[in-house]
Amino acid sequence: MIEVLYFARLREQLDCPGEGIDPAGLQSVADLIGRLRVRGGAWEEVFAGDQPVLVAVNQEMADPARALRDGDEVAFFPPVTGG
Amino acid sequence: MHDITIQTEAFDIEAVQRELRADPAVGAVVSFIGQMRDINEGDRVSTMTLEHYPGMTEKALERIVEEARQRWDLLGVRVIHRVGPLTPLDPIVLVAVASGHRGEAFQACEFIIDYLKSRAPFWKKERTAGGDRWVDARHGDSEAEARWKR
Repeated sequence: MIEVLYFARLREQLDCPGEGIDPAGLQSVADLIGRLRVRGGAWEEVFAGDQPVLVAVNQEMADPARALRDGDEVAFFPPVTGG
Repeated sequence: MHDITIQTEAFDIEAVQRELRADPAVGAVVSFIGQMRDINEGDRVSTMTLEHYPGMTEKALERIVEEARQRWDLLGVRVIHRVGPLTPLDPIVLVAVASGHRGEAFQACEFIIDYLKSRAPFWKKERTAGGDRWVDARHGDSEAEARWKR
């Protein structure tokens, strides 16, 4: 399984803090984004590319080309606003 | 002494400074405190909640501090960032840096807070008379980070 987490504005928009996703057929972060987006509704809205979404794989910043493996932790979140 | 702490409670700046000054090789301690304002984007803000990504936050901050230690000759670094509910005047973040001379401490302190603001996974949600809203990232923060690139 790939553990997928959503933070801050994204978590509220999607009404979902996280979920396990079957890695079959998912080569990269881009594939995962594609699978989430086709759920439609808020998922399409968040992952259509109109709003800035950052991604981390195993708690390191990553880009859509990043390869995925079973057991990875993938997090999606908006630009950070700490400090 | 751990370099990095994420906590809900307030921090004691004087205790941190005392610890950093305990080393007689230290000639300078520079500290930055970020505190909560009661106004943002022209609206009064009554409370704020800070969320983070446990695990990644610590990793990101450790990396930022490690990079500062590689760039400058530092004798001590302390970063404390609060999460959870905050009200105006509450301290949010402390970055304190000790070195032999002031130049390195000033630069490293500014470097760490600039990088923290654009790389550490924290998010602010504020409450105004118009309701709750997520704070948007400021363009100036990525510019502040960019000037340290070399």
